[in-house]
Order: sequence, then C-alpha cells, then structure tokens
Amino acid sequence: MLASLAGVLFDGFAYGMLLFLLSVGLTVTLGMMNFVNLAHCSFAMVGGYATVTLMNKAGWPFLATLPMAFIAAGLLSIFLERTLYRRLYRASDLDQCLLTIGIVFISVAAFAWFFTSEQQSAPVPEYLRGSVQILGQSFATYRIFLIAVSLAITAVLVLLLERTRFGARVRAAVDNQRMARGLGIDVERTFMITFALGGGLAGLGGALAIQMVGLDPSFALAYLVYVLIVVAVGGLGSIGGSFAAAVLLGISDMAGKYYFPWLGAFLIYLVMVALLMWRPLGLFGKR
Amino acid sequence: MANANVKPLEVVFWLATLLPFVVTPNYLSLASQIAITALFALSLDLILGYAGIVSLGHAAFFGVGAYTAGLIAKHYWTEPLSGLLAAGVASGVLGYALSHIVVRFRHLALIMLTLGLGLLVHEAANSASALTGGADGLQGFRVPAVVGFKFDLYGTTAYAYALAVLFSCFLISRRIIHSPFGLALRGIRENATRMPAIGAPSRAHLRKVYTIAAVMAGIAGALLTHTTSTVSLETLSFGRSADVLVILILGGAGRLYGGIVGAIIYMVARDQFSGINPQYWYFWIGLLLVAVVMFLPNGILGGLAKFSRPRS
Repeated sequence: MLASLAGVLFDGFAYGMLLFLLSVGLTVTLGMMNFVNLAHCSFAMVGGYATVTLMNKAGWPFLATLPMAFIAAGLLSIFLERTLYRRLYRASDLDQCLLTIGIVFISVAAFAWFFTSEQQSAPVPEYLRGSVQILGQSFATYRIFLIAVSLAITAVLVLLLERTRFGARVRAAVDNQRMARGLGIDVERTFMITFALGGGLAGLGGALAIQMVGLDPSFALAYLVYVLIVVAVGGLGSIGGSFAAAVLLGISDMAGKYYFPWLGAFLIYLVMVALLMWRPLGLFGKR
Repeated sequence: MANANVKPLEVVFWLATLLPFVVTPNYLSLASQIAITALFALSLDLILGYAGIVSLGHAAFFGVGAYTAGLIAKHYWTEPLSGLLAAGVASGVLGYALSHIVVRFRHLALIMLTLGLGLLVHEAANSASALTGGADGLQGFRVPAVVGFKFDLYGTTAYAYALAVLFSCFLISRRIIHSPFGLALRGIRENATRMPAIGAPSRAHLRKVYTIAAVMAGIAGALLTHTTSTVSLETLSFGRSADVLVILILGGAGRLYGGIVGAIIYMVARDQFSGINPQYWYFWIGLLLVAVVMFLPNGILGGLAKFSRPRS
C-alpha cells in the first residue's frame, strides 16, 4: 500500500508537470489580456504532430524534435495572434470563446484529415525507456526525464519573469495594462512574445505528452478541460499558482484513477466546481 | 408593449413550418430533429440572448430531460406527454438547484463553472451505468403513440409532435420576453450593477429564467428520446453544448427566431454533408464560427436586420 502510494505520487507528479507545461502559457496570456483562448490545446497538438512528423518522416532523433515542436507551436500562435486574436481583445468573453472553439474544431478536423484519427506514436530512444530502481521502488525513466525537463523549464520561466527586464514588463502589463502603457511599455509587443512563448510551451508539452497520454486529433478537446481546470484553480497570471494547481490535479487524478476507478473523472470535475465556487479567482488569484 | 404585436412575417414563418408535410415528406425525420434542436437553442437564447448568462454546459438539462423521459418509458409507462412533463420537471429542479450557483458568477468564472457543471453531470451519468446504461446508452423501449397518433416510419407524427411542442414553448418564450420580467432580464444583461440599484431583484430574476430555460431544454431532450427511442451519453456531452451555442450564435442570439433559423441552417447543412466524415464536418463548422464572430457579430438574423434597415 505504502509502496503503491509512492508510485501514485510519482506518477501523479509527472502527470502534473505535463499539465503544467500545457497550461502555463494560457495562465499568463489569460491573466494578461483577459483573452479566453480555448484553442490553447490546439497549439499543444501542433507541437505533438510536429514531433511525430519529424521523427517518423524525416528520421530526426526524439530530443532534436522537441525544440522544433516549441518553435512550430510558437510560430502558429504568433500567426493566429496577429491575424485573429488581436481583433477580439476588447470583445466579449462569448465572442472570444466562440472564435477559439471554432479554431479548435478546425484544428481537430485538419489533423484528422492529414494524419487520420488514429493514435500517433513517437518511440522514445533506448535510454529513456525502462525504469530505475530506487529504494525497491521502480520509477519509469521517461517520467523522471519529463519531471526534470519541466522543473528546468519552470526555473527558467521564473527567472525570466522575475529577474529580467522583459519579465518586469510582462508583470507590469498583467498587473495594470493602462499604467504599463503610460510608462512607455510596448504592451502589444510584450504580449505577442508572451503569447508565442506560451504557445511554444504548450507545443513542447504536446510533444512530451505523446509517450504518456498518446496523441490523436481529439487531444485539443480532451485536454482543454484539464488545462482550464489548472488555470481556473491556480489563478490567472500566477505561475506559482498554476504549478501548485497542476501538481494537485495530476496527483488527485492519478490517485482517483488508482483508488476509485469507478468514479472516473467525476472527482476532478467536482473538485474544480467546488474550488471555483469557493474562490472564483483561483487559489492564488489576486484580482 | 408595441413590440409584442404579431408581425405578418412571423405568421408566414410558422405557416412555412407546415410545408415539410407536403413538400418534403421524405425528410420529416430530419424536420423533427430540426424542431427539437430549435427548441433547445430557444431555451439557450432565453438565458444567453436575453439574460446574458453564457453557458458552455447547457446540454446537462437536455440530457437530464432525455434520460428522464427514457427511464420513464423503459420502466414505467409509455404515454409521452406525461413523460415530457416529468422530464421538464426533472431538469427544472436541477436547473433551479444549479441556478443558485450560476447567478453568482459572471465572465470567465461563469464560463468555466457552466463547463464544469456540464462535465460533472455527463461524468455522473457515465459512472451511474446501472441506471443510465453508461456508454451504451438507454435502449429497448418504444413510445408507440402520442395522443392517439401512432409514430410512423416516415416521421409524420414525430414532426407534428415536435413542431407542436416547439410552437407552444415558443409562444411561452415570446410572452416572457415581452413581459416586464423580460424587460428586466434585458436590463440585467445590459448593466448588471445598475439593475439592483433601481430596485430590480437581479439574482431572483436570473434564477427564474435559468430554471425556465432548464425546463425547456429538458423538454427538448425528452422529445428527442420519444422520437428516436434511444438515449445516448452524447445528449449530455460538451459537443452538444457547443453545437447549440454555435447554432444560436449562427442564427443570432437575443432574437427568439435566431435559434430556430440557426437550427434549420445547421441541421440541413449537416444532413447534406452527411456523406463526409463527421470529423471533417466540424472543419466547416469551425470556419463558419470564426467567420460569424469576425464578420456577423449578431448572427444571420442580425445581419439581415442591418441589411434591411441600414440606418441602425
């Protein structure tokens, strides 16, 4: 029982890290521009398919495809931001929702068209397979790798936002956009870069997710809910909040599947609704 | 209320809904599906178009109505009108319970919350497979007739039944919209903080309209059950909530006829393109959605109104 508890905690943590990567971009962009981007997981899907294509068609090694997943998703998010999203910054939540649901539908159909609706696979290299024995407990190597990558990215992200001039601009724009504009910060440009960064991280998350949860065109809708839960629970614009929420969600989802399999995802949705009712702005939301 | 006068165009429209009986008798099943979808969209219009409550989980009420009607027909009796009523009551009770939560929130939190509640109900039905049949759905029952008319293969009775219920619910909605209560709802939609200031009990109004919309959505669900003799988990899915939202926005929210026009266009188009895989069908829906948001902010009816009256 105790051994399995450690296993559940480990798997849940790895899963939580994945959710964090997928959702951190949305937290920042939603907190910054109040733009309800339901198409965030479509960016993740773009990253996932970029990795699959590069590995299976061009024969790239797995690790080399990861930066490309980041770049592909980042470029796409810049393109969408420039062409569609920016026109709707001042529109209602409903319009933003509808536009981005439309993009989700388009992306789901487009990927089904080009890649069929079957599960895609991207076999990881030999050194990431198997598992490591620590204190009589075996841990999957890939999940250790996933956790390490995510923690490294989190550290870089926190340093970027807390210690650099660019980070100061982002924080200023999140806290008070008008004031930031008044101080001469180019909020639009800052936002575009942040948006690309967030989309890129989602793409990276999508690429890393293939091994753990698979990849098919329904990914954009299936994980949207999880991402929204992380954002809603963590609070807008709070990286620490997203991190905590993602870990909490990952572990409780794994524990729920392990200990109460008959409940399915019911528990997760219940926790989400209860938390939203208790704190509509999220656990760490400020505004 | 001058606005409440029946316009000639409205009479023409409702007379035109009788045309499928003579013009396209082979498409009556489709016509009944359209009427059901239109009723569902109408119920969403009451809360979204008039009261400004954005809901991404409206299918919860549709599905609860569908399952209630299905369970009654399977285990108790097959008289449809009482089943319809029971379904309306069941989803109304759920709607009233949830309305206490929903009216407290606005904007993003409201969208997330309705999404969460919708998923919660869907997942609950999935888990309670002993009652609902889980992923297999509810089957093995058949509603033989409604007020003496047998359900036939061509769907004549089904369409007449669905159309009659749609028309009744439409008249009720129309009455509600043109009442002082309807005016208060529009006031809340336009300015949620000012309405309480002039003495309108905003939250009570919102709870009331949310419950009414839930009842109507439940009735729409029950109609689907009665005319198709199956209930699937899909009636509760996020896809259905999103579809009805698309339909309403496509037609034009806050116009009563928006949902009906949207349902006709959407369902006929889907039927015509049914040869292509449903996955690809969503590509066009997505494109349509983007186009409507970008170029037709008030839907098709809004665009037409603007076209016919350029001054507004």
